[in-house]
Amino acid sequence: MLQEHRHLEGRRIATQGPGVLRVERIEDCARFSLRVADGNIALASKAFGCDLPRTIGATSDSGARLALCLGPDEWQLLAPLDGRDAIEAKFAALYPKMPHSLVDVSHREVGIVVEGTGATLALRSACPLDLRDMAVATVTRTVFDKAQIILFREGENRFRIEVWQSFADHVWGILQAAGREIELGI
Amino acid sequence: MLLIRCPYCAAERPEVEFVYAGEAHIARPSDPSALTDEQWKNHLFIRTNPRGAHFERWRHLHGCGRFFNAVRDTVTDKFAMTYRAGLPRPTASEIKEARP
Repeated sequence: MLQEHRHLEGRRIATQGPGVLRVERIEDCARFSLRVADGNIALASKAFGCDLPRTIGATSDSGARLALCLGPDEWQLLAPLDGRDAIEAKFAALYPKMPHSLVDVSHREVGIVVEGTGATLALRSACPLDLRDMAVATVTRTVFDKAQIILFREGENRFRIEVWQSFADHVWGILQAAGREIELGI
Repeated sequence: MLLIRCPYCAAERPEVEFVYAGEAHIARPSDPSALTDEQWKNHLFIRTNPRGAHFERWRHLHGCGRFFNAVRDTVTDKFAMTYRAGLPRPTASEIKEARP
């Protein structure tokens, strides 16, 4: 029997004091992993309705659609759930003209937002990346403790983590411990 | 922790994002069945294992996912340079220039 298992639903970490740290699950959205060759980026951008960035780490958005460039020919596309079938159909129609791979990974990942003045400190507890060097509106795939995550810096003090469902509890537990330490000032 | 420069991301990234993938610049014989057992054994298992500069493959697994090549000193464990997969082996002077 198939069972839908939704991690972290309704859970929240908030430390006392305004704007110090807030960690929350993001509403579900449609996620696609897109691999396409250099010459077809313009076509793919048109199909998705948002220009695909060409440098690794760059992001671009148009309305509620978000394109994150993770590798030389790899993008993560995020869109509202109701646009899922339309995107799939558009890319499928383009397939004869534009060989590509578009995989729906919506169910695979869960989004977590980490926000507040303590956000970098909380992430630093398990992420080896130098977050001071990470510019706003850039994205990277990296590791959080032992789990692979996609880390997107949405603002100076706002990060979005995309992590596999199976690792979500682990990442959440570390953030919870870090949040507790920040709250107690240790 | 070592910082390794990924030539695709063009950034210094922590070592834990990478995995080692053996010696670089080993061309697979185009017709394996024409080789003797001795030659095939050498291709599969015999590596240079140098003391000093070693040309090796790495993969930025938890990053852009790409394989690339690096020159690392096996004595000091210092990376002299990294370069994209498919590029020819850098010369001694190029390595010297790139060494930080």
